[in-house]
Amino acid sequence: MDVATQFAVENLLARYVHALDDDRLEEWPGFFTDPCVYKIVSAENYGRGLPIGVIYADSQGMLRDRVSALREANVFEPHRYRHLVTSTLIAAGDGGLATARSNYQVVRIMQDGRASLFSTGLYIDRISFAGPAPLFAEKLVVFDNGLIDTLLAIPL
Amino acid sequence: MAAADGSHGVVWPGEGLARVPYDLYTDPSIYAGEQARIFRGPVWNFLCLAAEIPVPGDYKTTFIGDTPVIVVRDLDGAINALENRCAHRGALVCYKARGNARMLTCAYHSWVYDLKGGLRSVAFERGINGQGGMPDSFAKSAHGLKRLRVAEYAGLVFASFSDAAPAIDAYLGPEIAARVERVLPRPIKVTGYNRQLLANNWKLYVENNKDSYHASLLHTFFTTFRLNRLSQKGGIIVDASGGHHVSYSIMASEQTDRAYEDAAIRSAKQDYRLADASLVAGRDEFGDGISLQILSIFPAFVMQQVQNSLAVRQILPKGTGQTELIWTYYGFADDDAAMDMIRLKQSNLVGPAGYVSLEDGAIGGFVQRAIAGATGQASVLEMGGRGVESQATRATETSVRGFWRAYRQAMGI
Repeated sequence: MDVATQFAVENLLARYVHALDDDRLEEWPGFFTDPCVYKIVSAENYGRGLPIGVIYADSQGMLRDRVSALREANVFEPHRYRHLVTSTLIAAGDGGLATARSNYQVVRIMQDGRASLFSTGLYIDRISFAGPAPLFAEKLVVFDNGLIDTLLAIPL
Repeated sequence: MAAADGSHGVVWPGEGLARVPYDLYTDPSIYAGEQARIFRGPVWNFLCLAAEIPVPGDYKTTFIGDTPVIVVRDLDGAINALENRCAHRGALVCYKARGNARMLTCAYHSWVYDLKGGLRSVAFERGINGQGGMPDSFAKSAHGLKRLRVAEYAGLVFASFSDAAPAIDAYLGPEIAARVERVLPRPIKVTGYNRQLLANNWKLYVENNKDSYHASLLHTFFTTFRLNRLSQKGGIIVDASGGHHVSYSIMASEQTDRAYEDAAIRSAKQDYRLADASLVAGRDEFGDGISLQILSIFPAFVMQQVQNSLAVRQILPKGTGQTELIWTYYGFADDDAAMDMIRLKQSNLVGPAGYVSLEDGAIGGFVQRAIAGATGQASVLEMGGRGVESQATRATETSVRGFWRAYRQAMGI
């Protein structure tokens, strides 16, 4: 894999997690193609081929709806995330798509200052280079820690 | 008689079921009493879906209250439930979440049990070279795994520690049984799991499921889209014991809800629309127009139909202030690809990140935190009156009071 592609994918991942951690959720759908797939699924379900996850979206509209719901409808205690993404491995793709696997960890910080490891797992991304900037055509968030503490509101 | 009193010093207020003492959510002696009198008492506890262990030898491990349990399909196809605790030194016999086995062998000293829990062999039973070994008087037949009563109903597998639990259909009663069958009319396929750790007593989550009053107030996503308003047609069924309930509502998508708009509550935002409405595009798959059915079976089991999202919820107590919630999602074996996609999209409505359920993950914790220091005080349950009966409205707490009737009966409090 060439250095330019590696850099472009890591840059996309970095911009993506900074947008989430900075609470710029309105920018989040713009990191995806339309249509797209965004799915958060436990390693248990993923490994056993079970389709149900925690969040599933297949359009930018569904991603925007998730943000709207978080902003307008859903009730939860204020908190934020700090993402760490590392060990990005890129496989040569086809049809202009690259497949990238990265390890991630998300620390959740509550309003009283308590921070804990909220989610740890694997991003399995299919990245489109068809446009001026790379975009996620598919993002699978496969989380290892299948016992979710309290709730999941902000996307991973 | 002292044995009938499981109050552990908690005094129930004179208002009866219209009040609930906060100490019931925090007192370790109450928690211990619940394990004995409820979970190991004359109730039926959900273990799994029969479809999770389809093949002879398939097992999964789970819990009844705190007690670890193995549920296994025997070689003859019957389902057995066994305490997951070796009769020798008390180790877990099955330490994997699931598997397939012809015999169950304890890892510690290789005691081997059959799938009915009978002890079949003891390592070095006759010793080595004539030395050691078990005494001649040791009887393997007296040292099996404790075997529980098992009942299967419409593909749900229940177990009971108690001979006093009535037959499962009598336990459920005809009205609840009919609504169980409604959402399990034909063979199913398990489509996934989610697990959640809640920072609250198990009963707070049980009450939350029985509390139709909160549904459109806390979960504002649904009300905004007119999918679940209290002014919709629907109601609550409470069984004779009080311990089981069904809450249901019938879809009415373009209703004018003056009660909501006049009150100008937070959930009545009229300008909020989905960018991608495929989320809520579903089918009236049971042919009765009922778009929501929440059903609970005493003590700690819930079945959910939220439009076309079908799941069961197992509620496991993990100490006074923690609860594990396990969602098992299902569809039907004959679902077509379009139906699979409908269920996948509508899974966004429920679960740990569910548009109409994520709040439930936190709200019990809000109560648990708030009642610190509230010893001797009680919460109020007067919506829909002070009694327990089926009602043709969801603006009621009748089924929550029903839970406490069954609870008090079981606990002797």
